[in-house]
Amino acid sequence: MDFNDSHEEAAYRAQVKTWLEANAPKAHVGSDPEGSDSLADSRAWQAKKAAAGYACITWPKEWGGQGGTPLQSVIFGQEEAKYPIPGNPFQIGLGMCVPTVMNFADEATKARFAGPAIRGEEIWCQLFSEPSGGSDVAAARTKAERAPDGSGDWIINGQKVWTTGAQFSDFGIVIVRTDPTVPKHKGLTMFWIDMKDPAVEVKPIHQMSGGSGFNEVFFTDLRIKDSQRLGGIGDGWKVSLVTLMNERLAVGGATGMGWSQFMDAARQTPGMDGGPALKDSSLREKLADWYVQAEGLKHTRNRTMTALSRGQTPGPESSIGKIVSAVQMQDLANEALEMLDQYGIINDVDLAPQHGGFQSSVMFAPGLRIAGGTDEILKNIIAERVLGLPGDIRVDKDVAFKDMPTGR
Amino acid sequence: MNFDFSDDQKFLKGEARKFLEANCPTSQVRKVLEDDAKAYDADLWKAVAAQGWLGAAIPEAHGGLGLGHLELCVIAEELGRVVAPIPFASTVYMLAEAIMLAGTEAQKSAYLPKIAAGEIIGCLATSEGPGAVSAATVSANVDGGKLSGVKIPVTDGDIADVALVLAKEGGQPGLYLVDMAGVVREPLKTLDPTRDAAKLTFSGAKAERLGGAGEGLNLLEQILDRAAILLAFEQTGGADRSLEMAKDYALERYAFGRTIASYQAIKHKLADMYVKNELARSNAYYGAWALNTDASELPIAASAARIAASEAFWFASKENIQTHGGIGFTWQMDCHFYYRRSRQLSLVAGAPRVWKERLVSHLERRNAAA
Repeated sequence: MDFNDSHEEAAYRAQVKTWLEANAPKAHVGSDPEGSDSLADSRAWQAKKAAAGYACITWPKEWGGQGGTPLQSVIFGQEEAKYPIPGNPFQIGLGMCVPTVMNFADEATKARFAGPAIRGEEIWCQLFSEPSGGSDVAAARTKAERAPDGSGDWIINGQKVWTTGAQFSDFGIVIVRTDPTVPKHKGLTMFWIDMKDPAVEVKPIHQMSGGSGFNEVFFTDLRIKDSQRLGGIGDGWKVSLVTLMNERLAVGGATGMGWSQFMDAARQTPGMDGGPALKDSSLREKLADWYVQAEGLKHTRNRTMTALSRGQTPGPESSIGKIVSAVQMQDLANEALEMLDQYGIINDVDLAPQHGGFQSSVMFAPGLRIAGGTDEILKNIIAERVLGLPGDIRVDKDVAFKDMPTGR
Repeated sequence: MNFDFSDDQKFLKGEARKFLEANCPTSQVRKVLEDDAKAYDADLWKAVAAQGWLGAAIPEAHGGLGLGHLELCVIAEELGRVVAPIPFASTVYMLAEAIMLAGTEAQKSAYLPKIAAGEIIGCLATSEGPGAVSAATVSANVDGGKLSGVKIPVTDGDIADVALVLAKEGGQPGLYLVDMAGVVREPLKTLDPTRDAAKLTFSGAKAERLGGAGEGLNLLEQILDRAAILLAFEQTGGADRSLEMAKDYALERYAFGRTIASYQAIKHKLADMYVKNELARSNAYYGAWALNTDASELPIAASAARIAASEAFWFASKENIQTHGGIGFTWQMDCHFYYRRSRQLSLVAGAPRVWKERLVSHLERRNAAA
């Protein structure tokens, strides 16, 4: 047992460090990691990485990747994170959308899209969730029908929701209903679309936290070619599984306010007897629990890294990350507010400790517990895929989609 | 990055599992539980000694296998899985670790070969009454090499040959090796009768100091740090077994026309158990690394391992009973073995709340130093 790189890993890390030292930005540019204000910086950094062979490290060479190992990608990510790099609006596209295109599209399409995506010239988004189905993606109602002119084209109508980055995306992959007369999983088909088409309307969602990192996307008679189909007609669900395989890796966990920020704040906040709140035993117990959870996740990642380093598939333990960190984010931030007592209601970056980090965590945590698989869906996944418990009874399994009961 | 056990260590783990499945089925545990006269499974103790496990981490020069602490960790996990009714923790994690840590060459030569051979059973005697142990709770006193005082409860105190006792000498706490011959032992009724305990009364027992004068509490912390990591592996083993029992039962039990494993209330409960068990395992692994390398992070790693493992085993053992429903509450089912053992292991080396306080104190010091 040790935490050292293997010889190959150490050599790769050294090479990455040298390159980053020469090329990575030294000071922060832009402000909003998901916003478009830093998009030009993000694109420039992505292009630089692509030219040096540090974008899409794990992609096969025939796609324009490096054919590298997952661990090389992790090593690059670790080293890159030490620099004030701009936000990464390419993650969803390169992690999920473009690999789906590369798996299912024709040669001409693949040749057209891979390069610009790798270089950050074109951004992709993923259009799966709908107002009628978040956890139940297969309940999608957005429909595609053949154009009546016999051209083989498709006409798409409907609405997607919670689409990250739709406002600045050039292309997207979309799952739509092509046959409502068969059970829901069988009537879906996947396409890629041009997000700049006038028939596509993007509206930002005003989140309860105040920000707008996600969008609603409306399709009104969006006409597309049959050659934009990814996989067979009615095979959309199978295609989406390939896309979603990577989602939980791409969504990641909570960042920002953790046990160490809480400890700093508790040192500077008066407790019940006038001494520092850090001396309150109830806070100390909770602090210990959060530390232990955070360390547990860190060392679980180390176990995953070890498997990758050995060329093995990581075990199922990597599935616990988001479920633990999202819940902790909410509880820890709320405890910090209660520690601040009356002052905790102040949501002002100039007045609140940690620049209001605890306040924004409290307001963002509900979203993190839902995004990329709700707590409940993630527990189902652990129960079914890890522990081997049976799936839920599906009352809609053999019912034609059009006959399915619907509510809100 | 190599944050895993080696193939050899995994092989040892597999062999240990096979050995314990054959030699320590729950029917054997039940015999110790139900027979008041049976303090432990003496046959299993002999068999475990013959495997060399008691001396796994003891150097060859002192009669052990000289393997290391990672090997001891994998054995501990397997012992925890089968709730082994033997004084392994008292003898190996506490007495042997204490002597390896602070013993003189003479003390090492006197005790370690006998421990490795299974010839002596040890115990750690620190508590004198309710509440956390501190300098203020120690009345036992050593004067002129003779120990007098009362310790209660002392796990394995009814069967031990050697006790490691926290006592004061000239007002300063120290740790003392005490031969149990002549010590009055009164067996106690305990929550987990598969791990007995006694009240010990020392009246001028011959006592030999381990480590420096006045170093008792410091040394005790170091010993408990080491024991906590090994205990965390036992707890993780017990927690994993509890989850398996719950899963197996849920898959077989039908209610309202389907297996209860198909209800989300049960699935989510078992998923929660899995999450806690993995957090415990990852923290225990880090503890194993710190123990094996004697890292400066050892006290923090040990605290985290103990807190996570105590939480995981408590949760898994109580929710295993809940998953079983009424049958889980019966004496005949084995669920309560794990529930009892989870209490024993969480309390025997200081309760989790004490360790949480220690952890935060260490973090404060580390932050102040940084």
